[in-house]
Amino acid sequence: MNENAVNSIQEQALDPKDFQIQGADTASAELFARKPVTYWRDAWRRFFENKLAVVALCLLIVITLCTIFVPIFSSHSISAHDLLNRKQWPSAQHWFGTDDLGRDLFVRVWAGGRVSIIIGVLGAAIVAVVGCIYGGIAAYFGGKVDMLMMRIVEILSSVPNLLVVIMMSVVLESSSIPTLLFAMTVTGWCPIARLVRSQMLQISRSEYVMAARLMGVSPLKIVVRHMIPNTFSVIIVAVTFRIPGLIFGEAFLSNVGLGVQPPNTSWGALSSAAQSSLLYYPYMMFFPALLIALTMLSFTLMGDGLRDALDPKLRR
Amino acid sequence: MSKQPLFEIKNLKRYFPAKGGKTVKAVDDVTFDIFPGETFSLVGESGCGKTTCGRTILGVYPKTSGSILYEGEETAKMSKAQLRQFRRRNQMIFQDPYSCLDPRMTIGTIIQEGMNVHFKRTPAQRNEKVTELLFKVGLTADFASRFPHELSGGQRQRIGIARALAMEPDFIVCDEPIAALDVSIQAQVINLMIDLQQEMGLTYLFISHDLSMVRHISDRIGVMYLGSLVELSPTAPLYEKPLHPYTQALFSAIPDVHRGKKEQRIHLQGEIPSPINPPSGCKFSSRCPYAQDRCHEEAPALRELEKDHFVTCHLAAQL
Repeated sequence: MNENAVNSIQEQALDPKDFQIQGADTASAELFARKPVTYWRDAWRRFFENKLAVVALCLLIVITLCTIFVPIFSSHSISAHDLLNRKQWPSAQHWFGTDDLGRDLFVRVWAGGRVSIIIGVLGAAIVAVVGCIYGGIAAYFGGKVDMLMMRIVEILSSVPNLLVVIMMSVVLESSSIPTLLFAMTVTGWCPIARLVRSQMLQISRSEYVMAARLMGVSPLKIVVRHMIPNTFSVIIVAVTFRIPGLIFGEAFLSNVGLGVQPPNTSWGALSSAAQSSLLYYPYMMFFPALLIALTMLSFTLMGDGLRDALDPKLRR
Repeated sequence: MSKQPLFEIKNLKRYFPAKGGKTVKAVDDVTFDIFPGETFSLVGESGCGKTTCGRTILGVYPKTSGSILYEGEETAKMSKAQLRQFRRRNQMIFQDPYSCLDPRMTIGTIIQEGMNVHFKRTPAQRNEKVTELLFKVGLTADFASRFPHELSGGQRQRIGIARALAMEPDFIVCDEPIAALDVSIQAQVINLMIDLQQEMGLTYLFISHDLSMVRHISDRIGVMYLGSLVELSPTAPLYEKPLHPYTQALFSAIPDVHRGKKEQRIHLQGEIPSPINPPSGCKFSSRCPYAQDRCHEEAPALRELEKDHFVTCHLAAQL
């Protein structure tokens, strides 16, 4: 650029009118703003945007409804033997075939699902409640109480889980659902307790809780607004991921003969019974195994969806 | 300044228990006043007790001993109603703009949180107030529905300021509010704070280790070393003629483009001692280039060497 050009630019008078913003002002920015939403509503919306999680949720609802209603409305009974129709392959009469005593497998699979799902959901609920209370108490009292309680957790969780379950089943000498539940949750709450404690400690020392305290927000409101939402989302996800483990645990126990006893059944017991004739009658194994897999997968996918939905950092 | 001080801090001590039955003397016998409308700064290196001091004044930590008078009233003995007022009128801005906002709350909810405790308003009025506050700190109304992680550090710090302003406070403890920000953003946030102070007549306790910024914003400055106040002075005399050897060393570390080559930086020897086991006598004696026998034995008191200019040093007059 030569000197003349520089001079001519400097000589031009600058007019403030040339520097006004055209078109956009701060007031109209409000028109583009998102509607204010609460955390939970936003999480809800994000969950439903996740197609895989919604499909998993629907599948779980269908499976649950089937386990409730199929045994009630079916013309076959769970325990009715029909020795003339033993080991029938799936047909219009028996959709999933019949077992070696001629019992209809369609009904038995859904009835067995009751046990599996009850154990999964109820077990997770027990684990969550016990874990929250224990972890919450440890975090609240802190100091020596916390020290002692956490050492107990460490000792309990260092014992192999399945060993405890097998020993409990043997010692209690019964194989009802409550026994199974008790055996599987007796140490199962330990990881949740740890999680709750660490989360609570972290949040109660965070600067946003300090800010709330300094502003005179009551302790109850701090718990409701900060502690619970920030802990709850983590617990929900952890608990959802525990359900498949519990279902699998029950299937395993039934498979080795420590679970539900006939004529009652479960997916694990059904697949266990099918094992001996797997080569000739694979359908007996196929359906309970399929349902175990589908249910576990659905819970895992739903847990994934929940985790993404409850973490605002992943908001798109 | 003959006005009635807003805060009178006298011989304030705050000790923390450490492992093995020892105590960390985070704040050890600190005395100063804060007058309404001024910016009082606490400076010093990391771990000298600046933050603890600010937090203890607002009652985050209970004090170990000493007294904190707020408008002549002992803060520890306030009634519930008084404490409620105290909580409203005294706010804090935090150092880390990432951890001071609840990640699961929208900005609107964050700003409203404390405000709703103290002011009775309809939801419409609350939203209006949030919008007003967002404008005041240089943001727009649409921020109200966003989450903290969507904002930059400077924007988050503005939210922190808006949250404090929502309480209509008189006094704000600014705990290193710019330490975590970019230099360009630091200036914006500081200028915003200065504007707000003039507009609303706020009093600041400004905690920082950024000496250039402190000079820019402060009326009076207290220099802390190892939990104690070593020097207390109005800004101009302190920067012109620091009296305490520690302050001199600290200020010689300020980067300056105009500094001549002859002017040497003062390099202190050794590390800062542990606040668990501070040196006897003058706390600075272990690193002071002028230390004499007396300094190792006898702790100096805070004395007024020049008008309004206090120093904790036996030798300050001769240096």
